[in-house]
Amino acid sequence: MSPVPRDLLQSLRRFVEERVDLSALRHMAREKEVPQHRHSFWYYFGGMALFLLIVQMVTGILLLLYYRPSAEEAFESVQFIMTRVEFGWLIRSVHSWAANLLIAVLFVHMFSAFLMKAYRRPREITWMTGVVLFALMLGFGFSGYLLPWNELAYFATRVGTAIAAAMPLAGEFFLRFLRAGDEVSGATLARFYGLHVAVLPAITLAVLAVHLLLVQQHGMSVPPSEERRHSGKVPAMRFVPDYILRDLVGWLAALAALALLAALFPWELGKKADPFQAVPVGIKPEWYFLFMFQSLKLLPPHLFGIEWLEGEVVGILVFTAAGGAWLLVPFLDRRTARGERSRLFTVAGVLALLFIIVMTVLGYVLE
Amino acid sequence: MSEYTTDPRAGERPPVAGGPPEPARRGFLNLLLGGWAVGLAASIFYPIARYLVPPRTSEASAAQVTLPFKISEVKPNSGTIFKFGRRPGLLVRTEQGEFKAFSAICTHLDCTVQYRDDAQQIWCACHNGLYDLRGRNVSGPPPRPLEELQVHLKGDEIVVSKMS
Amino acid sequence: MRSAPATALRLAAVGFGAALACGPLVRAVENGCTACHLELDGPLAEPARLFPDDVHAARGLSCHDCHGGDPGTMDMEAAMSPQKGFKAAPRDGREVVALCASCHSDPVYMRRFAPSLRIDQMAEYRSSVHGKRLFGSGDPNVATCVSCHGVHDIRAVSSPQARVYPTRIAETCAACHADAARMKPYGRATDQYEKYRRSVHADLLYRQRDVSAPTCNDCHGNHGASPPGGGAVVNVCGQCHTFFKQYFLESPHREPFESIGQCIHCHGNHDVESPTDEWIGTGSRAVCVQCHSSGDAGYAAAELIHGRIVTLNEAVERAAGLLDRAEQAGMEVAEPRFELRDANQSLVKARSLIHTLNPARVVERVDEGLAVAVKVERAGLDALAELAFRRRGLLLFLVLILGLMAGLIWKIRERRRTR
Repeated sequence: MSPVPRDLLQSLRRFVEERVDLSALRHMAREKEVPQHRHSFWYYFGGMALFLLIVQMVTGILLLLYYRPSAEEAFESVQFIMTRVEFGWLIRSVHSWAANLLIAVLFVHMFSAFLMKAYRRPREITWMTGVVLFALMLGFGFSGYLLPWNELAYFATRVGTAIAAAMPLAGEFFLRFLRAGDEVSGATLARFYGLHVAVLPAITLAVLAVHLLLVQQHGMSVPPSEERRHSGKVPAMRFVPDYILRDLVGWLAALAALALLAALFPWELGKKADPFQAVPVGIKPEWYFLFMFQSLKLLPPHLFGIEWLEGEVVGILVFTAAGGAWLLVPFLDRRTARGERSRLFTVAGVLALLFIIVMTVLGYVLE
Repeated sequence: MSEYTTDPRAGERPPVAGGPPEPARRGFLNLLLGGWAVGLAASIFYPIARYLVPPRTSEASAAQVTLPFKISEVKPNSGTIFKFGRRPGLLVRTEQGEFKAFSAICTHLDCTVQYRDDAQQIWCACHNGLYDLRGRNVSGPPPRPLEELQVHLKGDEIVVSKMS
Repeated sequence: MRSAPATALRLAAVGFGAALACGPLVRAVENGCTACHLELDGPLAEPARLFPDDVHAARGLSCHDCHGGDPGTMDMEAAMSPQKGFKAAPRDGREVVALCASCHSDPVYMRRFAPSLRIDQMAEYRSSVHGKRLFGSGDPNVATCVSCHGVHDIRAVSSPQARVYPTRIAETCAACHADAARMKPYGRATDQYEKYRRSVHADLLYRQRDVSAPTCNDCHGNHGASPPGGGAVVNVCGQCHTFFKQYFLESPHREPFESIGQCIHCHGNHDVESPTDEWIGTGSRAVCVQCHSSGDAGYAAAELIHGRIVTLNEAVERAAGLLDRAEQAGMEVAEPRFELRDANQSLVKARSLIHTLNPARVVERVDEGLAVAVKVERAGLDALAELAFRRRGLLLFLVLILGLMAGLIWKIRERRRTR
């Protein structure tokens, strides 16, 4: 390497450091460490989720340069992107697949954090912002799915928003709020578009900033079992450059997976939505909503034969309560807070995971 | 924050026999790695750069089309077929010099109609259907008039669009 | 303040004015016929009751314009006196026809009311089956003017209430021609109306309300109503089906079919249906095998024509299906779709050309269409292949990534080794 670039880099560095306080960054680069133990493999999923989120934002911005959010033009603009714009098919396929990959990675990240009891003190807020972020990502998935305005998207949204209406008290409000009217229409599309590109990203960035800041402050959580095993002194590796290199390998693996999926299973354009057509048989939401959809389908219309105990409403209430419990688990798991073993919550977490997996599988098998 | 030790060797395997590669070779391999990374980055930025430039035919939907021939090239009492999105259109210049445009899809069985300068009417060769210069079906099997399109003249160019 | 007599005079004036405004009073002064006849019972009152809506009334004509007499008096003897030219209702068909024709065959008279109306109905009628029977054997059962047009409630033909409005003519004819008892002495079939209602022409007329669709009078004539007769059928059908008539007359069926009804032989006369591709050829539903059998030239021609038409139809459907698949996958197919229209057009024209019974002409058109269909199919396959091409490009990218991953893993290993 010739000495000229190195001198240039040095003077550039000095220029910035004289004006911007980079001591926090330097400190992190020098001192930050990541614990190494039996379960430290799961740490990579958080960073992978962040990487996929960045991919989504970049491809999303590229797509919105050509997308038109009206019922008359949405489908045609997506068709334009896929057939006319250079590499438009690629950007679109990557965006659609990365969305699914992101949510899958988030499931892993969230459940691994739960089972490793990372939510215990002092990381309660980190956990709660994480759960909120997960809900936001599901919101991204739901709102984005409608945007191509094809048959599948239109009817899935119709069914999905109809389920929201079954919520007691606020159901009617939610339905009209989501649909921007009584029916799924161009107004719904415009609203979902606004949510997808402006509202949700703004909220996400704010919550994500808090989440990452807290992770940075507290470092990685070590599961109680490992703490006990290493009697409080868990071995660690440096963040820069060791952990980052491994993180990068993971990110490249995710990129490779995206390329594979976009190549072997390119995302279809489908048929333009026709609101007057009958709902296609076997319409179902994307896989990440399927477990809820399937559970609701399996519930009888009236529980125990009681008139006012509507199955759908009870189902939604149960899911809402479960979601609330999930959010507040740091405060519910008293034993872990006291530093004791908490088998109950581990089992609950495993059962929840199994429930989700089984219901998702059933959703596909019971066509 | 430090629940863990900073023992660098903790949890890692003992050194492998053979030792690290020499500095020169290592420098070369680092360069290779860097170059490869740059190549990968290029293969990501290249499609994005191409994507950002819109294609030539910029209009996504076929609501408006500029015809590929000039006004001066169209003789009075003549008709020409043009592409309107994915459907054929018929441009007619009447004997008086007026421009009219219609969808060229016959309303009977979807054949492509044509202009007849002897009758100064629009004719379908499949079953002898006839339309007048307002697009109204006046003879033969066509059940409905031809859809009329709007013609705008911009300088020497002809722009056809859907009726607003 | 006005005086009582002055007020009374005013009231009387208003009252008299109101009385003047009353129609019947005024009409009584103008038309004694209706004034009296409206007071009578049953059939004698009917004409007066119906006539105000008659097309003749709208033209300012009245009872005396046909029946003579004096409408200005209320005295029955004076009104209906032969001296005033009174003619009672026509006694038989011949008198009916003569009465109507007295105006409707007079060009000078008719020019005053409707210059473009024809004046040869009487002459046509004489040539018709009805007319020949009436003026020949004096058959009282045949239709005359009033049988179809009505007597005192005649409407203009363009009025939907007219008994001879296109959507009502068939029922008017069927009133006699579908009556088995009435038609028995003539030995005529009575199923024409029922058959016609099943036809594609009736579907257009009754369901779609397309009044240009043919009904009884379009093929049989209205005043000169007769069956077309041998050799004339193709001209009758050819009034609308122009190309088919032309092709048929160029075909080898021209002479042989002259005595067996021409178009009717394959298509029927009253129960004309929409034909399908199965009608031509040698299959079970084909009309050709009614006369042709294996070994003769016609059989071979039919087989060939059918085969080619079906081939083109299938090729077009296949190409369209491919384009649909490519489009749904997200590929650009607007250009091939545009071109496929030409193949469709060739198919439509080929189906018309069947009537030439000339395989060469049909094949020529079919081959034209097939060339386009094949080209479009190729374009569809290319579009789908483009997907595969992209697949390969992305797999190359994959190699790049895997290479970098390998490099990074090596770097990680190396760092471990140095410590």
